[in-house]
Amino acid sequence: MANTTISVTRPATSAQPLRPGTRWLLYTVLIIISIGALVPFAWMLLTSLKDLGDVINLKFWPWPPFGNSTPQWSNYPEAIGLIGTDPDTGMPMFFRQLLNTGFVTACIIVGVTLTSVMAAYAFAQLNFPGKSALFILVLATLMIPDDLTLIPRTVMMYKNYLNWYNSYLALTVPFLGSAFGIFLIRQFFLQIPRDLFDAARIDGAGHVRYMIQIMIPLTRPAILTVALFNFIWTWNEFKWAQLVTRDNNMRMISVGLQSFLKGEGGASTHLAMAVAAMVVAPILVVYFFTQKYFTEGITTTGLKG
Amino acid sequence: MAVTKVQQQPVRSNTARSQAFKEALLAYGLLSPALLLFLAFTVFPVGFGLVISLYNWRTGPNDFIGLDNYTRALKPDSEMWPALGATISYAILSVPVQLLIALVLAYLLFQKIRGKSFFRVALFLPYVTSTVASAAIWARLYSPDIGIINQSLSLFGIQPLQWLLEDKGIFTLLANALSIKLPPGFTGPSLALVSIVIYTTWVFVGYDMTIFLAGLGNIPGELYEAARIDGADGWALFRYITVPLLSPTTFFLSLITIIGTFKAFNHIWVMTQGDNGTTTASILIYRQMYEFQRAGYASALAFLLFTVILIVTIIQNRTAGRQVNY
Repeated sequence: MANTTISVTRPATSAQPLRPGTRWLLYTVLIIISIGALVPFAWMLLTSLKDLGDVINLKFWPWPPFGNSTPQWSNYPEAIGLIGTDPDTGMPMFFRQLLNTGFVTACIIVGVTLTSVMAAYAFAQLNFPGKSALFILVLATLMIPDDLTLIPRTVMMYKNYLNWYNSYLALTVPFLGSAFGIFLIRQFFLQIPRDLFDAARIDGAGHVRYMIQIMIPLTRPAILTVALFNFIWTWNEFKWAQLVTRDNNMRMISVGLQSFLKGEGGASTHLAMAVAAMVVAPILVVYFFTQKYFTEGITTTGLKG
Repeated sequence: MAVTKVQQQPVRSNTARSQAFKEALLAYGLLSPALLLFLAFTVFPVGFGLVISLYNWRTGPNDFIGLDNYTRALKPDSEMWPALGATISYAILSVPVQLLIALVLAYLLFQKIRGKSFFRVALFLPYVTSTVASAAIWARLYSPDIGIINQSLSLFGIQPLQWLLEDKGIFTLLANALSIKLPPGFTGPSLALVSIVIYTTWVFVGYDMTIFLAGLGNIPGELYEAARIDGADGWALFRYITVPLLSPTTFFLSLITIIGTFKAFNHIWVMTQGDNGTTTASILIYRQMYEFQRAGYASALAFLLFTVILIVTIIQNRTAGRQVNY
């Protein structure tokens, strides 16, 4: 819907062609700011391929044609080696933490998508007593700040309570429900005309079949948006993961990165940047292929991670 | 509507009633996973946190100490006041800088130009990147010795700065540089905190810009047409059409940005761990729990800080809400 409005009005807004001078000024500003946005990434990649000497001597491009060094691809295996090995599986700790992150992220994406689609369907399509009160409850949970519940949630993970401390349960279960997901998917469910349900009903479909075979395929972009945002949030999650895990081989990759920065990687900037690059790479790949869903998601709900 | 409903009620057959019952049952079934999770991990913890805050709670409850945690946090020399100050400075610095840059960028990108999607993707990239990783990068860009920020500034003859390692206020630094005297106490937020604000701007500008772009798309083009016919130039169009009609978006974004700064944690933890005047509310709470296992005291701090922050947000809401033209 939003897209159609934009494309209808746009010709009117920009009917006035820009004067060449203005146009060049505009491009200059945009290019400078985009460079500003990208420089830290470029610096990370360049630094991850230097040796320590070139980093300390502030060589921005130590390779030919400006210098005689060679790209230090070996920084990557060296950094992975420094992080150590997982005593349980014998694999490098970095990959263990990457697997942990992948596993936790997968659980949360599947869980959040399921619980959100189900709840959204109930709120959008069904009538039941207490509907508006429960919907307000869901929205209210969005307003409870995370820091307010952080301490009690952590205590709940301890031995005398749920006893989930230092386990995958602590990293996943508390995040399987998402008010944002319910809200966003419900918005999209509501846009589907009611007549479609009546037609499906005549054809003999019940609610569950209608949800799975009609509603979900029709709202795939919204569901994908929810999944993608949860991917980014979980992959980048740090605060909670550090608080409720103790063993290195239970840690998420962001916690591993931080402890590497505090330890071995503190002085070896080139190795620290190699690890950072490996942590960031998967998100960037996913983002490049799916970026339109992000735009759609934040303009529909205006959420901020 | 109501009348028809009343008339229909007696006619409703048993099958219709059992249909409604089935529908309600299905609804509760579909809702229950999400709702149980919210109850267990969002609603219950609020009450449980209140209980914890009344105990000398370390890894478990030691003694019931009533409001002692609260009185300790409210003492004039408690660490809560500087944390509150840092949080509010952080929010006050972030909102105008972030929103102004984002608005200008959105306006530029809304013009008829090439490469729109390249600019959008490039500017949004920092938002999706792991904050631990990007904060680690920035901590090195800010490094007084090997950082490219000081290196670039030296090209313009500017003396190297300590950035994240600087606990002096920016007003003090500015006054020293210009060798003027400041009234005592007028130090300003620390340069370390300002460095974090700059980083935060880098992260969120693309996000804010995306929302501004959506807001711009909703302004009817006819308004611009009409104003042009009346002889309005570019600046007048921006000032008298774009800015007022975008005010709901601006208001919404400022609210979200404030909430975002209150929640800010990962990057501060990675860049300074709360040193040099950057201990914000959420860093303070976390440190009490993570480093000292003071669950009771940390809980009390969380309740106090969020009461204050809630009040600040409501005031902001009231005053800024009046400026919104729909």
